[in-house]
Amino acid sequence: MLVKTLDIVIGGLLMGGIYALIAMGLSLQYGVARVLNIAHGEFITLGAFTTWVLYTAFGINPLLSLVIVGPLIFIIGFLLHRTLFRSLSKSAPSLAAFEGSSLLATFGLLYIIQNIAIIAWGAASRAYTYLASPVNLWGAIFSANRLVTLGFAVGIGLAFYIFLVRTRLGKAIRAAAQDPTTAGLMGVNINQVLALCFGLGALMAGFAGVLYSMCFPIQATMGLQYTVIAIIVVVLGGLGSIPGSFIGGFILGIIGNVVTYKEPSLTVAAFYFIFILLLLVRPTGIMGK
Amino acid sequence: MDIARVTSKRSFLLGLLGLILVLLATLPLYAAGYTPILMTSIFMYIILTVSWTLFSGPTGYMSLAPAAFFGVGIYAAAILGKYVPLPVFIVAGGLASFIVALLVGALTLRLRGIYFAIFTFGLVMLIMQLLVFWELHVMGIRGRFVVVIHYNTIYYAMLIIFVVLMLTVYFIKRSKFGLALQSIGENEEAAAHAGVNVTMVKVITFAVSAFFMGAAGATIATRWTYIDPYIAFNVLFSFLPVLMAIFGGMGQLYGPVIGAAIFAYLQEKLVTTFSELYMLIFGIVLVVAILYMPDGLVGLIPRLWRRRAGGQRANT
Repeated sequence: MLVKTLDIVIGGLLMGGIYALIAMGLSLQYGVARVLNIAHGEFITLGAFTTWVLYTAFGINPLLSLVIVGPLIFIIGFLLHRTLFRSLSKSAPSLAAFEGSSLLATFGLLYIIQNIAIIAWGAASRAYTYLASPVNLWGAIFSANRLVTLGFAVGIGLAFYIFLVRTRLGKAIRAAAQDPTTAGLMGVNINQVLALCFGLGALMAGFAGVLYSMCFPIQATMGLQYTVIAIIVVVLGGLGSIPGSFIGGFILGIIGNVVTYKEPSLTVAAFYFIFILLLLVRPTGIMGK
Repeated sequence: MDIARVTSKRSFLLGLLGLILVLLATLPLYAAGYTPILMTSIFMYIILTVSWTLFSGPTGYMSLAPAAFFGVGIYAAAILGKYVPLPVFIVAGGLASFIVALLVGALTLRLRGIYFAIFTFGLVMLIMQLLVFWELHVMGIRGRFVVVIHYNTIYYAMLIIFVVLMLTVYFIKRSKFGLALQSIGENEEAAAHAGVNVTMVKVITFAVSAFFMGAAGATIATRWTYIDPYIAFNVLFSFLPVLMAIFGGMGQLYGPVIGAAIFAYLQEKLVTTFSELYMLIFGIVLVVAILYMPDGLVGLIPRLWRRRAGGQRANT
């Protein structure tokens, strides 16, 4: 019984690490840059497939890929914000109008990235083996790559939190999240900061993709389901709250694993149920104001 | 402008509309086979788009629920198709969607902005997942067959739904109800203070638009013949109407019609042969349309016209 519980809880935490990374990225993009990025999951796909190509074709260690994939995806995200979302926000009459039009634009992006990925890598499932040796944790058995994944997810999450709280740039980001106009008046280069946030958000998804590809088979069409999970986690943690998203990721991971244990076919339905209930009862989430 | 010219312009427009309607009604007589089938799906997209615009256009609430209402209609046809004739299950599909929309609307229309959009999106997925579970684990089936009906009959059914929808939209726009709806979009609080029963107007419009989506779903299901939750509640049917409406332009009644017609035609022509390429182009067009055509295709014409007129003035 104890082993079973441990099995479920640790399994949930392992999945939760990836959820937390994805959700932190989305939270950054929506909370600061005000773009509810439906194409968020596509950056996971990009990260995962780049890692797969690097590993199978060039034999590059997936953990080393983090350093290659991260900057690459950051630049894509940064440029996207400088071009697409910048001009959308210039022409939008209000914040609500910008949120609506950028949501639709990211839906277009979803199809662009996904279909380029299908054309480039095919629609089939891909996988490679890395660090697949079993590890025994108090009787519950997990493969080593999943534990490494969790370690990296927590490390990246904490590093990012310290960056937000301790550095000048982090302070600028927090200021921009609270009130972009005033932050701009206080000498924050607001366009630069918003683009940076969007880029960092994409980077988080890219990291999640690298880690994900180490443990699970990947597909060019897998992005949307993780975007949806990210949205649920972000609402659970409170829209715009970075720590909320981090904690929310682990909560959803555990809930997911509990439901999967009881009735696997209801896992996704349970996610949506929680999501809809949250929106109706407490739309500000657990850490929201 | 004098009255005679206004009335003559008006009767010309009415005559043109009448002619188009006659041409459409007699279509199966002179263009048999593929053309009515193609027109049926074009009309389906037009119905989805126009009814989406009916609610989301004036109020500014971005609903991503069309796939839910469309799917409810499809399931109504799948369940009732064997027992009752076509018109009955089309109306039943519409009414089922109407009732679902009433419930959903009463529950959720207090959510604003992005919350409403993501809620309606979640709703589609929740219904789909629950249905998948129900079919697989409770009933032990995977998908259903829908009764087969001749394509000309389906074409006429779709045409009738389209005409009724256009009349409904036209009369709502001209009525006090339409004015109230417009005022909600401009400033909801002010509308409430001016004596508009904001909740009722929103919920009823939401439900009316859902009725037509459900009816279209019940009709098209008979052409698809096999359905399962993934087909019926495909979330693409939530996004396509939004895209088509934006592409066509929501400022005019005919904007969404034109946008939907062009897109549906391209979809039917391209999706079977170049599926990935079509979806890629779809994404690019969506981004470009949002960036450069905020008023859509129909908004582009007066803009070009003005530029030309301005150029002429500059020359003199």
